[in-house]
Amino acid sequence: MFKILKKTAQTGLVTIGYPQESARISERFRGAPRFNFSAWRGAREAAEACPTGAISIRDADGTRCVVVDYGLCTYCGQCAEADPTGAVQMTLQFDLAVLHRSNLVVTAQYELDSEGRQHTLKALRHGDPVQEPRERHEQKVRRRIHQVLGRSLAIREVDAGSCNGCEVEITALNNPVYDLERLGIHFVASPRHADMLLVTGPVTRNMELALLKTYQAAPDPKVVVAVGACGVSGGIFGRNYATLGGVDQVIPVDVFVPGCPPQPHALLFGILLGVGRIEQKGLPR
Amino acid sequence: MSEIYRDVSVSDVRPVNSGLLRQGCRLALVFAEDRTTPEACDYVYYVWEQPGDPRYLLLRTRIPAEAPVFPSMAADIPAINWQEREIQDWFGLVAEGHPNPRRVALHDNWPDVHPLRKNFSINTVLPPFEGERHVYRPTLGEGVFQIPVGPVHAGIIEPGHFNFAVAGEPILYLQLRMFYVHKGIEKRFEQLPVRHAVTLAESISGDSSFSHAVAFCQALEQAAAAEIPERARRIRTILLELERIYNHVADIGAIATDVGFIIANAHASRLREMILCLNEELTGSRLLRGMAVAGGVRSGWDMSQRYACLEGLGGFEREFDDLMRMIAASDSTRDRLERTGTLPPAKAKDLGIVGVAGRASGVDRDVRRDHPYAAYVGLPLEVPVYQEGDVFRRVQVRVDEIRQSLRIIREVEAKLKPGSHRAPMPPLPPNACGLGAVEGWRGEILHWIRSGPENRLDRCKIKDPSLNNWPALVEAVQGNIVPDFPVINKSFNLSYSGTDR
Repeated sequence: MFKILKKTAQTGLVTIGYPQESARISERFRGAPRFNFSAWRGAREAAEACPTGAISIRDADGTRCVVVDYGLCTYCGQCAEADPTGAVQMTLQFDLAVLHRSNLVVTAQYELDSEGRQHTLKALRHGDPVQEPRERHEQKVRRRIHQVLGRSLAIREVDAGSCNGCEVEITALNNPVYDLERLGIHFVASPRHADMLLVTGPVTRNMELALLKTYQAAPDPKVVVAVGACGVSGGIFGRNYATLGGVDQVIPVDVFVPGCPPQPHALLFGILLGVGRIEQKGLPR
Repeated sequence: MSEIYRDVSVSDVRPVNSGLLRQGCRLALVFAEDRTTPEACDYVYYVWEQPGDPRYLLLRTRIPAEAPVFPSMAADIPAINWQEREIQDWFGLVAEGHPNPRRVALHDNWPDVHPLRKNFSINTVLPPFEGERHVYRPTLGEGVFQIPVGPVHAGIIEPGHFNFAVAGEPILYLQLRMFYVHKGIEKRFEQLPVRHAVTLAESISGDSSFSHAVAFCQALEQAAAAEIPERARRIRTILLELERIYNHVADIGAIATDVGFIIANAHASRLREMILCLNEELTGSRLLRGMAVAGGVRSGWDMSQRYACLEGLGGFEREFDDLMRMIAASDSTRDRLERTGTLPPAKAKDLGIVGVAGRASGVDRDVRRDHPYAAYVGLPLEVPVYQEGDVFRRVQVRVDEIRQSLRIIREVEAKLKPGSHRAPMPPLPPNACGLGAVEGWRGEILHWIRSGPENRLDRCKIKDPSLNNWPALVEAVQGNIVPDFPVINKSFNLSYSGTDR
């Protein structure tokens, strides 16, 4: 017993200060890519390099429409590698979690030159403006929920088909370095005790019913956080005979946390965003 | 290291396989492929491991379209019980004479489909499921109860259903229902261009991202007859060992938690975090994602990264020694782990148990030594083997392997010479086959591919060690008390996603 206490004393404090202090992240960390849309000319190469289809292009009538969906992005960095001009760069940004799926999508329109090459940027749109009027009403409801759940939060984690990568990082939140409990947040064993569901995976057909039942079993009000590229969008698996392509296909989702898997700071950011203890940051600009 | 292919007629399957079994060979994998379009037939493959031969032997049997039946070997080789049933589910071939021909991969409430047949589209929208998911063996008898658990479990773990039959505290038997997280991965491989498929391989089992990605890349390299640079081999080896270390140390901590020694887990999870941060330093990803590519590795490391690697390992080793001293000093921990969840060596051999679980039960196998790849060729490796087969020995194997991994990394790192880390990958010739084998931290990972036209895959078969090892859990829990189930389960720590794909 004495030796155990001695070891604890010797080890000292290892816990990070995030979110009060800035995140402790390696310079080598590969976070979200940043696109210099006005200088970008190689969307085709990037779209071909992207394994999940997070970058897609459509050419019609001398115009190229480029859609960048951070919800599908795995931060693999292949789009940046495919672009020799440096218009695409990997950043250290991890806090991409958003309250609306559309906030993760950027649409850019380019003029094509006579040889079909991408030329000047004509229009750039972040998110989906149609949703804004609805948001005001939602914000009122959200504020109420945050008052109820904000201080102490019980989370039930649901794996709805993940590869277990997200679980590796979610488990890390419990280690002494991230120590979720210091923020009054803890994981519980039953949805009946939960204020928040943290859901991973593209949602397999075989987990659809279990996820729905878990959602129904959690008392209202509740917050649902879709975790990882798969949870947000279906990721590399997409929608097929065995998967449904994202948590919001089955239950309403309040927060979307992209990443493959999102690293612990990113998860923490998403969880805190879900209960209004932190402000949405948005995409790399 | 290439593999050997032999054709066997359907009528010879039984005698040839039985002969190999008598010679002491091990049947590692059985799988099928649909070749209806070019050849009007299906093939069933038997992948054998022969003692003393680093090459796997693949027996190939032609199953004509007009007689979709293959002889079952499951009665003689229980290790392939599930695998033959998977062939029935995925391809609609009949395993003739199978002792338990029920569905294993498709749940009972699925319609009558065979997803890996070429005429089944991956985008098929199946109708809503109806009826029972699975009919369990009845739990009967006075005072005998049934405890259903899952698919959503109490901890942060993957989904699967456990159905216990208990008489008081002791478990009489356990029935499993897996494949809750089936994502159609093998089918998806046939859809993606090869260069994107590596990302998919990383998502087969998240905690084995790198091992699966390397096994897949090896299969591609084998099919394209591509050599990878020495530096890439060494970097792959170092990262494979780092993956082993972070998972093993996490398991040691989790096992300690399950017997109430929570402070040990606090230290173990901190140690795992050290390795995950080191992974990030070396590859940009804590789970080593994006690093494996066909032809080598994505980045070749500068001196500061190599220094970070050695320094990180030094710190880890000191802390790890402290942790092990702490656990060794706890008699109550040892008392809970010894003779708990015992898997006798004879059963482990019959069931074809691999990896950590196998070595704790007398199965002296390790792909790194028996079928060397990457920089393991010529590298001395001591495979820790114990006969007792209890939770304590499964922990011991992990401890021995962590120490060995530290030694391997230092040895290989010291030999890291300047040079290219990535060779240009020639396009895959159509119809080329390749087998990739890696000793992941759980055990033997196999990937077999056949290339199609235009740099795509016609078939990709994935075998995660978990697929071999679930029956071991069923055996090991019998007679143990229910409160010991979590620690026994954790001592195997099998991948649901790797099994279900």
